[in-house]
Amino acid sequence: MSIDLSQFHAVFFEESFEGLELMEAALLDLDVDNPDSEQINAIFRAAHSIKGGSGTFGFVQVAEFTHILETLLDKVRDGEEAIDADGIELFLQSVDCLRGLLEALQSKQDPDMQRANQLAGVFQAVLDGASYSDSANIVKANSITSELMAPQVTEPNSNAVPNDAVSDEEDYGVSRQQVGFKIYFKPHVDMLKGGNDPVRMLRELATLGEINTTVDSSELPPLEGLVPDNCYLSWTIELLTTCKIDDVEEVFEWVEDECQLSITPILQDASTVAYSQSPDQQNSPEIKPKATVGQRLVMPSGPLPGLDDLLLPNPIEPSSTEVVADQVKTPVKAKPTKVESSSIRVGIDKVDSLINLVGELVITQSMLGQMGSARDSITEEHIGNLREGLVQLEQNTRELQDSVMRIRMLPISFTFNRLPRMVRDISIQLGKKVQLEVSGENTELDKTVMEKISDPMVHLIRNALDHGIEMPAQRIAAGKPEMGTIVLKAFHQGGSIVIEMKDDGGGIDTERLLAKARKNGLVGETDQLTQEQKLELLFTPGLTTVEQVSDLSGRGVGMDVVRRNIQELNGSVEVSSEMGVGSAFRIRLPLTLAILDGQLVTVAEQTYIFPLVSISESLQIDGAKVNNLAGGSDVYSLREEYIPILRLDRLFGLREEVGVLDGSLLVVVESEGQKIGVVVDELLAQQQVVIKSLEENYTRVVGVSGATILGDGTVAMIVDPIGLSSLAGNDIVAAKKLTDAVA
Amino acid sequence: MSIAEQEDAKSVLKQTASMVDPSTTQDFEGQRQYLTFLMQDEEYGVDILNVQEIRGWGNVSPIPNAPAYVSGVINLRGAIVPVIDLRILFQLADASYDENTVVIVLKVSTERVNRIMGVVVDAVSDVFTLSSADKQSPPNVNQSVSHEFIEGLTEVKGKMVILLDSERLLHLENDA
Repeated sequence: MSIDLSQFHAVFFEESFEGLELMEAALLDLDVDNPDSEQINAIFRAAHSIKGGSGTFGFVQVAEFTHILETLLDKVRDGEEAIDADGIELFLQSVDCLRGLLEALQSKQDPDMQRANQLAGVFQAVLDGASYSDSANIVKANSITSELMAPQVTEPNSNAVPNDAVSDEEDYGVSRQQVGFKIYFKPHVDMLKGGNDPVRMLRELATLGEINTTVDSSELPPLEGLVPDNCYLSWTIELLTTCKIDDVEEVFEWVEDECQLSITPILQDASTVAYSQSPDQQNSPEIKPKATVGQRLVMPSGPLPGLDDLLLPNPIEPSSTEVVADQVKTPVKAKPTKVESSSIRVGIDKVDSLINLVGELVITQSMLGQMGSARDSITEEHIGNLREGLVQLEQNTRELQDSVMRIRMLPISFTFNRLPRMVRDISIQLGKKVQLEVSGENTELDKTVMEKISDPMVHLIRNALDHGIEMPAQRIAAGKPEMGTIVLKAFHQGGSIVIEMKDDGGGIDTERLLAKARKNGLVGETDQLTQEQKLELLFTPGLTTVEQVSDLSGRGVGMDVVRRNIQELNGSVEVSSEMGVGSAFRIRLPLTLAILDGQLVTVAEQTYIFPLVSISESLQIDGAKVNNLAGGSDVYSLREEYIPILRLDRLFGLREEVGVLDGSLLVVVESEGQKIGVVVDELLAQQQVVIKSLEENYTRVVGVSGATILGDGTVAMIVDPIGLSSLAGNDIVAAKKLTDAVA
Repeated sequence: MSIAEQEDAKSVLKQTASMVDPSTTQDFEGQRQYLTFLMQDEEYGVDILNVQEIRGWGNVSPIPNAPAYVSGVINLRGAIVPVIDLRILFQLADASYDENTVVIVLKVSTERVNRIMGVVVDAVSDVFTLSSADKQSPPNVNQSVSHEFIEGLTEVKGKMVILLDSERLLHLENDA
């Protein structure tokens, strides 16, 4: 009986990624001087499960890699191997690597085994007695590629590689071990006629060590065309042995000019690969002779056709392993496309409460149904019962809605979990000392919101690391602890969730911001701004105070994108900062994207919905306070501020004639820090509405963020204040100028 | 055509839809079924496999700043579906709404998107089967808006039927 295992793949991947997260967290927590055996056990268990699972599902690459990882972990667990900071770095690398492999497999692509092979080699070397630090270089070279970093290689890092390579050259003998040979053996068609039997050679090879043979029978002709005396086969042999290359050559001595043959040493240590980019490698005294031996064998005896077909290192390139050859061929491997997870795990308690609610709903339904089908005429009593039933139904529905919404809620730790690793990597890269304090990671947030908030959060943290926290020396000079601190906090407040990110760094230099803004013409030369307004400049597109553009930040794109991303989620972001003390960002988000607290209004007989969060007040227009600007646009004087009056009917092209402003209703909404007044005919109820996409079957409409279905089944548009102000463009600019002039 | 007849047409549609397996109908001896409808006494046809359902006209909410031929959106069992008035799109003189006015809900699925859209027409008429040999390509004279949506012409019971390309109709808002 065969079972289709692919149905379990999704679960396997999910569990594996969870396991990797666990490993990562435990590794980051692990105190190298005094390792907690429980934590090492946790890491070991995670690795073990991944190995077991991948073996079961036939993901050999993952299973093999995890196996060697597990072997090492096992030794660490038993106290046979020590672990140090470099070792942790190495394990973290392997976590990244495994994640890469799994992601590739998940999206049904061939995983890139290059890095896995490198790491596996390093682990093997460690098992064979080398120390972690020998491999630290790979770690450093590779840490750049860590997914959280920007893809570019920064200057200091690319310099670092050759330096390390030089300093570590003497260690070559220790860390790089030749464990065998890779042999490509293709007898000429007529070799058998000379009395030489390839099988004999293979047998002889087997006496030298462990062999792993792959035969290529692709040239085998169909039976009718087969000449029994001809040899059509070729072999790729991996020989694991401790013997010298001469011994291997000896096996093929008699057939040297009757075959295509190449013998390349298999080096166990991947560090050679990492060094291969470095020019110093050519000077490496030990590697060179081996490389030349390899090359000599590469050249077949006598001119042979089809030389190019051989999978051999390029003779010009002094590379010594086939891994290097691969690297030359494919210098940049495209990152596999990320598959978005399409399932969520739901706590059993949530499901149980749902089932209970559905049960109650069924009871209410049958109760109402019974009343409906009662044969005798409806009496007073019936109506009383009916009302009661309807109340119950309403309550059930509301509870059911809440529960269903809760299913989509996940603890924010899903986003927070990846941050400690990022902080660690970046702070090492920058040479800063930073600790991350996280609290409130169990605060629950809608899954969609969470997915979209992740990037802005990463950006903010990265900014704090790059610009906020100062270098250790600077911190000590300023009388602060050497270790910088970033505090990350999530909590509920009212109907929204607040994420707070504080650092104790240098703060934001508002004067420099202002100077820059003046230079760019964003702020007039003589304009005076309050501290808040200066900080607001941070979110202006194209503005950065950083003198030097690094791969981390400073390109002037970013903060405006952060704000826009958050606003797209109907959230807001505020910043406060004090020079020399630090800065704080406060992100406020709605609990869920699917439901919105809305204010229903009517304009030209149509119902529209304003998001309640964006409304600051509603008022009746006092005609005396309306001023008409030269451009034809109206402004309303509201507490020493001129706010532009927008007419929804005109903006949406709803009706021709324009009503009198005096006495009509004005809804004041805030959009991007600017107040705008929108004239409406009537204010209706406030209610929660379910947001539906308009784009799904139509296109994006400026001024409308979506649609919803009202109680009577009709569709109502949800107004997007930001879009409104872009529709009204000129009016807003005019009003702002007026306000500024008065102020 | 009365309401009852409309209901008939709907049930015919449902029957035919359930009788035929979409995967085999498409090219079953090159035959396809078309639903025809009337606009200003001209008969138009769309591939029946693209027709999801037929609804009466009503309860349409306008979309701000949409082109004139976009009537608005309707609530189709929880989905927001835009409705376009084909008569306005095709610049037919009279686009009035009476009890025969119906919305044909078309659905096109391509590899990337599933798109649902309603089109307003004067009345639903008939369902007929057509083999591809009977289809003529449209005369290449008129460069009007409607021209690009015409897939071909054919004759049913002595009357000309204009066959429309649902896919192009449903993607038209991209050009708008």
